[in-house]
Amino acid sequence: MPEDTFSAMRQSIVNGAPDVALELAQQAVHSGVAPLDAINNGYVPGMHDVGEQFARGQMYLPDMMASAEAMRAAMSVLDPELRKAGTERPMAGTVILGTTKGDIHEIGKILVGTLLTANGFRVHDLGVDVSGEKFAAKARELNADIVGVSALLTTTMRNQKTVIDALQQAGLRSQVKVMVGGAPVTRRWADEIGADGYAKDAMSAVVLARELMQLKTQEATGIHA
Amino acid sequence: MRPKFQLLDKSLIERILEEAFLLIEDPGVRVAPYVEDLLRGAGITVKDGVAHIPETLARRLLEFVPREFFLYSRSGKLAVHYGGEHVHFDPGSSCLNILDPETQQPRPAVSNDLVRLVRVAENLSQFAAQSTAMICNDVPQEIGDWYRLLLVLWHSEKPVVTGAFSSSSLHTLIDLLAIESGGRERLRQRPRAIFDVCPSPPLNWSEFASQNLVDLARAGVPAEIVSMPLAGATAPVTLAGSITQHAAECISGIVIHQLAQPGAPIVWGGAPAIFDMRTGKTPMGAIETAMLDLGCAEVGKHLGLPTHAYMVAGDGRFIDAQVEMESGMSAVLGALAGINMISGAGMLDFLACHSIEKLVIDAEAIASAQRLVEGVEPRTETLATAMFAQTGLHGDFLKLKETRALFRMEQHFPSSVIDRGLAAMDGSSFDILARTKKRVEEVVASYQRQPLSTECEKELIAFAQRESKPCGLDSLPGVLDTEYSHEPNMV
Repeated sequence: MPEDTFSAMRQSIVNGAPDVALELAQQAVHSGVAPLDAINNGYVPGMHDVGEQFARGQMYLPDMMASAEAMRAAMSVLDPELRKAGTERPMAGTVILGTTKGDIHEIGKILVGTLLTANGFRVHDLGVDVSGEKFAAKARELNADIVGVSALLTTTMRNQKTVIDALQQAGLRSQVKVMVGGAPVTRRWADEIGADGYAKDAMSAVVLARELMQLKTQEATGIHA
Repeated sequence: MRPKFQLLDKSLIERILEEAFLLIEDPGVRVAPYVEDLLRGAGITVKDGVAHIPETLARRLLEFVPREFFLYSRSGKLAVHYGGEHVHFDPGSSCLNILDPETQQPRPAVSNDLVRLVRVAENLSQFAAQSTAMICNDVPQEIGDWYRLLLVLWHSEKPVVTGAFSSSSLHTLIDLLAIESGGRERLRQRPRAIFDVCPSPPLNWSEFASQNLVDLARAGVPAEIVSMPLAGATAPVTLAGSITQHAAECISGIVIHQLAQPGAPIVWGGAPAIFDMRTGKTPMGAIETAMLDLGCAEVGKHLGLPTHAYMVAGDGRFIDAQVEMESGMSAVLGALAGINMISGAGMLDFLACHSIEKLVIDAEAIASAQRLVEGVEPRTETLATAMFAQTGLHGDFLKLKETRALFRMEQHFPSSVIDRGLAAMDGSSFDILARTKKRVEEVVASYQRQPLSTECEKELIAFAQRESKPCGLDSLPGVLDTEYSHEPNMV
C-alpha cells in the first residue's frame, strides 16, 4: 500500500474525520492490505500526533474526541477483519473504569475511556455510582490490568480508597494497578490512599496507563529498566 | 442610583425561559422514585424515571415561591435578606483541603481549621453568613456533614449556608439546627440556615437531591438550588445554552419543591462553569464562568426570585496575582448583578482548596464591591458650588467641615491587608501575604465566642456524642478542644 494512503489514514485521525477514516479502512481491506499494517502505519501514528498536539496546546478536547471517534470508525472495519484472520490486535492492557459510589459524574471518565480505547487499551466502563465490590468483581472477571477510579466531588473522592480496599479484600491488589483522577483529586491524595498513580487529565491518564503496564511487566518478569 | 450590570436583554431572557420550559417537558427531567407519586399527583407524566413537566403547571408553581425571605442570626436578628437587589457574601463550602497557614501548601483540613475560619468570618462584616466551609478529615466520613454544622453553630452567631451529603443525614442537620433554635417550629419561623441542593447536569434530580428538596420544603427550612451546568461538557457549549439548561434545572427543582410544600422558601442559584477544552478543568475564575453566573441570576431575577451564585473563587494553586485578580473581578461583578448570596470566597485551585488568608484578602475585594454598589450619592445640596464658594480657587478642601463630615461616607478604608502607603509608614511588610497573616492573627485574637445557653450547649453535646460514638469518635474536636493546632490528628 502506498505511503500516501497511510499518510491519509493518519491525517483522517488528526482531522477527526470518521467518514474518511472508515472509507480508507474499507479501501485498505478491499485492496488486500493487512489490517495490522493499516492500524500500525496509518491510524495509530495519527493518534500519537493527536496526543502530541494536545500536549502542546495545539489541539483541544473536542478535537481529541473527534479523533477518537475517527479511530473507532476505522477499527469498526479493521477489528472484524483481524478476527476473520484469526488474529487480534495486540491490546495495550485491560482497564476497568468507573466513578465512585455516591458520585454520578462521568464526563472525565468518558474522556479517559475514549482516549484509552483509541490508544489500544481494552476498556470496560462500569458507569457511575460504582461500589468497590463491583470494581473488584469486574476486575476478577476480565482479569484486568488496571482499575481507574474517578470522583468529581470532595465528598465522594474518599470512596476511591474503598475501591482499593475492596481489591485488597478480593485478593486482587497485587495483580491490579489502581489509578485515580477527578477534579478534587491530587497526587498527594493518591499517595495517601495507596493508589498506584494519579492522572490530572485524560491524556496523562493514557501516559500513566502505559507506565503502569510497563511496571506490571517489570514486576512479572523481574526485569527493571 | 444603585449601579447595576446587566448581561442579557429582556428578549434573550424570554427566549431562554421559553426553551427552558420546552426542555422540562421534552426531553423532560430525570427524577427519583421518591418524588414520582408527588409529581403524578399533580398531573405530571412520569415515564421510565423521566418527568415531563407542562409549562402551565411549572409557571403556576413558580408563582408560589416567596419573592423574599430572611435568615436570622442566633439572637433572632434579621441577618440575610434574600430577594430584591440585596447582596450578601459567604465563604465557599465543603472543601476537603486547606492551604496550611504556615507552609501555604495544601493539606487535608481538620476541625480546628474550620473553627479558625469560622472565627475569622465571624469578625469580618463583609460576610453576612457563615458556611460549612470545610470537611473535617479528623472526624469519620459518615458524620462529616452534620459535624461541620455543629462546629459552625458552636462558634458563630451568623446564619449558615450549609448542605447535607445524603438524604438521611439531612434530618440530623435539621435536628441540630432545631436544638440550637429552640425547636423545629421556631426554626421554621426564623430559619438560621439555608441548604444547598444540587441537581446533576444535565436535567437530573437524583434520589438524594429530590429527597432533600421535598424534606426541606416540608420542614420549612430554606433550600438553595445549586445547578452546575458545565458548558461544553454536561451542558451546551454556548453560554446561552448553558443558562437555558440552568433555568430548566432550577424550574424543575422548584416544581418538586413547591409541590411538596407550596410557599416554602427556595433560591434560584448555581455554580455553573465553563469546561476548559484544553484541560477538562472547570475554571471558577474564568470570565465566562462569571458570565454564566450573571446570566443565570438575571433569569432568576426576571422571574422575581431570590438568587445565589458561586463566585469570588480563583483557580491558581496558591495565593497569587492570578487568584486574587479572578476573585476580585467576580466579587465586583456579582455585587453589581445584585445577587442575593454570593458563595465562594476563600477558595482556590478549582474549589479544591480553602485558604483563610485568601478569605481575608477576598474580604477586601468584597468591601470594595460593596462600596461600589452604594454608588455615587449627591450628599450635599449643591454638588460642588457651595464648597467652591468657601474655598475659592485656593482649593483648600481639606479644611472644609463638609470634608470632615462626609469623607467616611465617601471613602472605604481597607484594612492593613491593602497597602495604601501605611506599610511604608508603620514598618509593616510590603508583602501582602505577610500582612494578611498578621491580619488573620489579629482577627482571630479579637474573636470571643458567644456561648449558647448552658442547657442548649449540653443538649448539642449530648446529641453530638450520641451520633458520633457509633462511628468511633470519642472526642468532639473543635468543640471541647478548640486550641488551634497545625498538626492534623487524622482518623
